[in-house]
Amino acid sequence: MTSAALSAPAKRRLGARSSLRRNRRWALITSYVFLVIFAIFFLIPPYYMIVTAFKSDAEVAHMATNPWIIADGITLDQFRILLTQTDFLTFFKNTVIVTLCVVAITMVVSVLAAFSLGRMKFWGSSVLATGIFLTYLVPDTLLFIPLFQIVKAVGLLNSYWGMVLVYPTLTVPFCTWIMIGYFQSIPKELDEAALIDGASHMQMLTKIFIPVALPGIIAAMIFAFTVSWAAFVYPMAFLYSADQQVLTVGTVTSLIRADVYKWGMLMAGALLAAAPPLVIYAFLMDYYIAGLTAGATKG
Amino acid sequence: MADAVQTWLPGLQISARRSASRGLKQFLRHRSTIAFLMCLPLMIIIAALVIYPAFYSIYLSMLNKAQTRLVGLGNFTFLLSRDVFWMVVQQTAIFALTAVFFKALIGLVTAHLINNLPARGQRKWRGMLLVPWVIPLALSSLAWWWLFDPTHSAFNWIITGLGFHEIPWLSDPYWARFSVILVNVWYGAPFFLIMYLAALKSVPEQLYEAAAIDGANAWQKFRHITLPMMRNIIAITVLFSLIVTFANFDIVQIMTAGGPRNMTHVFATYAFMLGIRSGDLPLGAATSLFMFPILGIAAIFILRGVRKRGREIG
Repeated sequence: MTSAALSAPAKRRLGARSSLRRNRRWALITSYVFLVIFAIFFLIPPYYMIVTAFKSDAEVAHMATNPWIIADGITLDQFRILLTQTDFLTFFKNTVIVTLCVVAITMVVSVLAAFSLGRMKFWGSSVLATGIFLTYLVPDTLLFIPLFQIVKAVGLLNSYWGMVLVYPTLTVPFCTWIMIGYFQSIPKELDEAALIDGASHMQMLTKIFIPVALPGIIAAMIFAFTVSWAAFVYPMAFLYSADQQVLTVGTVTSLIRADVYKWGMLMAGALLAAAPPLVIYAFLMDYYIAGLTAGATKG
Repeated sequence: MADAVQTWLPGLQISARRSASRGLKQFLRHRSTIAFLMCLPLMIIIAALVIYPAFYSIYLSMLNKAQTRLVGLGNFTFLLSRDVFWMVVQQTAIFALTAVFFKALIGLVTAHLINNLPARGQRKWRGMLLVPWVIPLALSSLAWWWLFDPTHSAFNWIITGLGFHEIPWLSDPYWARFSVILVNVWYGAPFFLIMYLAALKSVPEQLYEAAAIDGANAWQKFRHITLPMMRNIIAITVLFSLIVTFANFDIVQIMTAGGPRNMTHVFATYAFMLGIRSGDLPLGAATSLFMFPILGIAAIFILRGVRKRGREIG
């Protein structure tokens, strides 16, 4: 369009540049083609989840029709069965309770610790900071067997309060780690000013550090939320009755055990269970990614 | 400017007064006490629920099944004498190495592709490609299982439609191994994508401009600028992902539960089967302890990388 408007000599002069632009356009088209291919690969399971959840049982079982589309019309039957005839709502309630408690515990513990380690320093605090990072690298699959004994000894085996007890081991180390980074990036002058104005350390934390580091706190909260919502090993090992079960394990075990595989209902359950994290990401993705990558790119 | 003067002046006045120096000392002592107290909840959690269980696990692994007497290294020698255990070792290694390699590759490619796009479209594409990583893994594994279902597999519907034979995704041991790795790559690649994308953004634009003036092509720019600048991030991400993949539980437990013929078991699922399902906690503890040395080595390298990175930046 622009090249048509140019005079002939100008065109010649810009010959080299327009070939560069043509290369650029080809690079862009290739990028889009490959991105579409990757996007299809990445989105197949969620797409298929949605398609199956809105089908009737008859269509799911019918093998001749195209499984990738809804041919017999959209139905909400699967959701109705899921919510009225199964323990799904109990799982949901349990997960919400566990997640809220874990997020609250995690934020209190890790914000206090990060403030102390990142800003106040005491004897051994740098060793402790390294130690926290190492704890983050200890996977839950290494600890679930000894923790089984501990949870049993405390009397919380087969109770979702046991999850409130053990999930912080998954969330606290990383949240502390990102919060240390955020607190350290706040200029020193700010807390000196507050000290001189007679603020106590607690006031300094609540009046200055928490508001200033709010993006970091949001990132840490999303992390804690995601991890406790999606945790699977601990509930799989420690919970066995339906009234105490959480969403992840409940959906993949209890709903299956009840009957033959009712895939429509299972996918409806998976969809509802995956919805809260998806909604949170849709709104707060940028905060989370900033918090997550800050640790890697800054130090 | 005015703020700086204000905060600086009173400080000077205080330090000028001699009596204040004792108060300052007291204050410092006070300050470290407060700092310690603020860290206490964290230390209690870590000590009680990470360090104690880790050591308790070692003790537990030296008991007999009923946990009534010490059997020393009996559980370990028992495991080492079993063919199944060696298959688990082999499968865990194949699983982790292959999956991490492809995750890193796909992450690097997609990060570059997104970085090539005009700035406006990047956010949308990034959001779309992050979806696998946002859905709780247990639930997406369930969806994959349904995609691989022996009679209703939606993939097989396409494959037979194209005139090929059905693929026994989860019933043939080797296809099952392929399937669990595929799902792991699907889940983990977006993590590499965001890490690499952030790292790509931190490479100074001038370096590419200088290279373009020197006539470097796209590959040369990648080879001589992008890779060296991102080497540390790539190393940290790969090692970190290696730990997570190595210790993965959800995918295998949900899709195959270790079968067929124990061929897809990884350490975590095998430990779960022995420890929780068969009720032999000591044997399960011994199995998961085999993960420890490998994880420890990876952790040391990550820590070195993180520290080096910290020094480079300042």
